[in-house]
Amino acid sequence: MKIFVTALAAAALALPAAAVEYGTLDPAKSSLAFTSKQMGVPVDGKFGKFKVALSFDPAAVQKASAGFELELASIDAGSKEANDEVVGKDWFNAKQFPTAVFKSTSVKALGGNRFEVTGTLTIKGRTQNVTAPFTYKADGANGVFEGAFTIKRLQFGIGEGPWGDTSTVADDVQIKFRLVAAARK
Amino acid sequence: MTTAPTQYTRTAIALHWLIALLIFVAFPVGLYMVDLPLSPQKLKIISWHKWAGITVLALVLVRILWRVTHRPPALPDSMNSIEKLAAHGAHHLLYLLMIAVPLVGWLMSSAKGFPVVWFGVLPLPDLVGKSESLAEFFEEAHEILAWLMALIVVVHAAAAVKHHFVARDGILARMLPFLK
Ligand code: HEM
Repeated sequence: MKIFVTALAAAALALPAAAVEYGTLDPAKSSLAFTSKQMGVPVDGKFGKFKVALSFDPAAVQKASAGFELELASIDAGSKEANDEVVGKDWFNAKQFPTAVFKSTSVKALGGNRFEVTGTLTIKGRTQNVTAPFTYKADGANGVFEGAFTIKRLQFGIGEGPWGDTSTVADDVQIKFRLVAAARK
Repeated sequence: MTTAPTQYTRTAIALHWLIALLIFVAFPVGLYMVDLPLSPQKLKIISWHKWAGITVLALVLVRILWRVTHRPPALPDSMNSIEKLAAHGAHHLLYLLMIAVPLVGWLMSSAKGFPVVWFGVLPLPDLVGKSESLAEFFEEAHEILAWLMALIVVVHAAAAVKHHFVARDGILARMLPFLK
């Protein structure tokens, strides 16, 4: 009840919700998408299955943490031919490395509704540090987190062999996330 | 412009052969690339095919502009009316297909969710949203129309050769001035 009232007040007064902690993800409203460039052409894709553990209190961001684990085989890389290709050895090698994992190490406030999360991303057995700016807004009892960051696919060995040719498929891949999580009761 | 000229302008001749050359490249490259396994090479070839095809579309639009502002030289009186009708029919159909084939290719690309970026530089708008069923339909249509165009090109070229060697009426030399 208290959370309900806080959220309602926040929505009504458009004030940042204080002392709300977000947890469970709403998978239907959340999305994890990416854009790669092939021959200069932006091609969109997304992941269907991912789990997110989120703890975020806008009033105490230094205590916030986020982690996600996504099933690489749930990829939609834009076409059936591409989907069959990217789970293979040269790309994700999803049989041996079925998931990509992110673990946050720190979250900081950038002012307003903007924040920044830093953490480690592990794909195909390789770990890299990543930093992603994101925005947060309260939507009823939900928290909506949206952000984007860019990874270099070759640092993770994604697209080896002939696919290492970045004039065909660019090294930079943009990742966009939108996570909708419910307030913890 | 009441009397028809006896010759094509240099612009018309240049457009004719430039477009012909691009079609001679785009058609076999299209047939070759579809059966390749996915590889960077395939992605490159598909892009080149699209760039060549869009260039055809652009040049055909220029050519149509030429055609509506100029009168082509008249067909010789040695041709009977059925022959003239067939020639005009084939030319109109070729104009139609030179628009339809690349346009349907572009539609297919949009439907597959791959925007077309001309020469990797100029992004063209998506003509339709991503849709698997539309993509399949346009793919089929692109293939059939491309073959129909190839067929008419063969008939068109055979007719030109016949004019030159059998009728000897100088028709081919109007498009190939060095034959004179
Ligand atoms: C004069 C212009 C063009 C000609 C003569 C042409 C011809 C062809 C031919 C013969 C094929 C093989 C069809 C098959 O066997 O399945 C093909 C495939 C293809 N064309 Fe074109 N094309 C032209 C323009 C374009 C344009 C402008 C685009 C896109 C912007 C395009 C996109 C494609 C694609 C994506 C395929 C592969 C379809 C598949 O995945 O099976 N084409 N084309």
